[in-house]
Amino acid sequence: MTQTAEPDFEVIVIGGGVAGCVAAYQLARQGRSVLLIERGETPGSKNLSGGVLYSRGMQQVFPDFGTEAPVERRITRNYINFLNADSSVAIDYKDARLADPVNAVTVLRAKLDAWLSERCEEAGAMIMPGVRVDRVLTEGGRVVGVQAGDDELRAHVVVAADGVNSFIAKEAGLRQKEPLNHLAVGVKSVISLPRETIEQRFNLTGDEGAALAVVGDCTQGVGGGGFLYTNLDSLSVGIVVRLDDLTAKQKVVTDIFDYFLAHRFIAPYLEGGEVLEYGCHLVAEGGLDMIGEIVMDGMVVVGDAAGLTLNTGLTVRGMDLAVGSAVAAAEAIGDALDRKDTSKAALAGYRDKLFASYVGQDMKTYAKAPHFLEAERMYEQYGELLANVLYGTFNLDTQPRQHLLKVARRCLARSPLKMRQLVRDGIAGVRAL
Amino acid sequence: MKPLSVPERLTKNRFLLDEEESHIEVNQEIAKATGTGKLLVACCPAHVYAEEPDGTISVEYAACLECGTCLAVAAPGALKWHYPRGGFGVQFREG
Repeated sequence: MTQTAEPDFEVIVIGGGVAGCVAAYQLARQGRSVLLIERGETPGSKNLSGGVLYSRGMQQVFPDFGTEAPVERRITRNYINFLNADSSVAIDYKDARLADPVNAVTVLRAKLDAWLSERCEEAGAMIMPGVRVDRVLTEGGRVVGVQAGDDELRAHVVVAADGVNSFIAKEAGLRQKEPLNHLAVGVKSVISLPRETIEQRFNLTGDEGAALAVVGDCTQGVGGGGFLYTNLDSLSVGIVVRLDDLTAKQKVVTDIFDYFLAHRFIAPYLEGGEVLEYGCHLVAEGGLDMIGEIVMDGMVVVGDAAGLTLNTGLTVRGMDLAVGSAVAAAEAIGDALDRKDTSKAALAGYRDKLFASYVGQDMKTYAKAPHFLEAERMYEQYGELLANVLYGTFNLDTQPRQHLLKVARRCLARSPLKMRQLVRDGIAGVRAL
Repeated sequence: MKPLSVPERLTKNRFLLDEEESHIEVNQEIAKATGTGKLLVACCPAHVYAEEPDGTISVEYAACLECGTCLAVAAPGALKWHYPRGGFGVQFREG
């Protein structure tokens, strides 16, 4: 027997985040009976992201996403910042083309995910908030449903969309405990500021937004970075630090967060603001290496639960990959339900579709990025070198000037960096990113 | 902007406290023997864990932001941590 005879639902989705909602929506639109179980009081209330959603995939699922979804600002300004204690060097990339069609938006998940779950309900899915799934029900190694408290609910297929900690995938044996270099912790505050202040401070018009990505002194030498994103009338500001490095360097995570917010080049952006909320989130940073088994008899794993996040150094992605994986999973589940066979072999189409899509392709393209970004010198020495070269150029101290190349050579000689590291990192960076 | 302490920041959040059940349990012996205790204190963004004068780790589960960092850094057996029961715990209004 490949399917339970009379289940309560054709599909049960565990977790009402981006991946879970998009999967439930797509399946409901196929006419399947779908139950989405969410442990938060309301959908979105347990969910938190840094804040930038690359929205083209979402736009394909919801054609009215750009006009109807509760998004904050359209990102047209990407500011990549090497930060040192007393200096700062940045690439400030603004481009009107990023606004039309919309490429990326800032979001606040309590608002976005509530909207997504409403779309699911409209499409015919049933939403059950305030319920924690304790475990999946199995029969002969096959997932046949879920248990929540005393309730047992059965389905042909369970979709594990329960986030980066995915107790479900771990308990089913699909994922092991991750090594610490595959994980980072993000800590963030949402800080309210008047709309006009944000637009003036970040040089924005209308609903344009800015995304600041910061590396260097912001994390006190721990691998990771800082971010500052503009919402409509608030800022999302925080740090993300790799757990292997945080524990090895014996730093206190909240000290790093406080240091970043108080930094002389960051604090002025926040001046006059009020903290609205404080949150944190575990981040999968292992890239392609973290995607293990994502299909078993009667179950698939999507989004963060499947380890689908990407840090390419310039773009940090998770929610768009959640969308892509949910779309791939819903298609494969639909095919399997049509064939009345939801075994692992029948659901394997999910993996094929995932790796044929931008999600799997991008995970492969950036497979070397995590290792590259683990190099310690990325976080301190490069920013200092850049600033020292510029200082040598701009600081007209009445000494005779030297050509830029000479200044750069002198700065490099004084830096702990070696020319061969520079060359090696340059080549590795071009290949990895 | 006036810097806020972690407890001050947490007062901005909405929490629904499960008064009957803690979702966190530290095995004090293993936590001490493996050094997990100090890691929990340093890595938790909500300062749920604190080292007491006698060296044990106290747990303020009501403050938990449910990220799972503690479980990731804990040695095997040192920590039992799962999500709070349905509907309880932090309820983000921004996210």
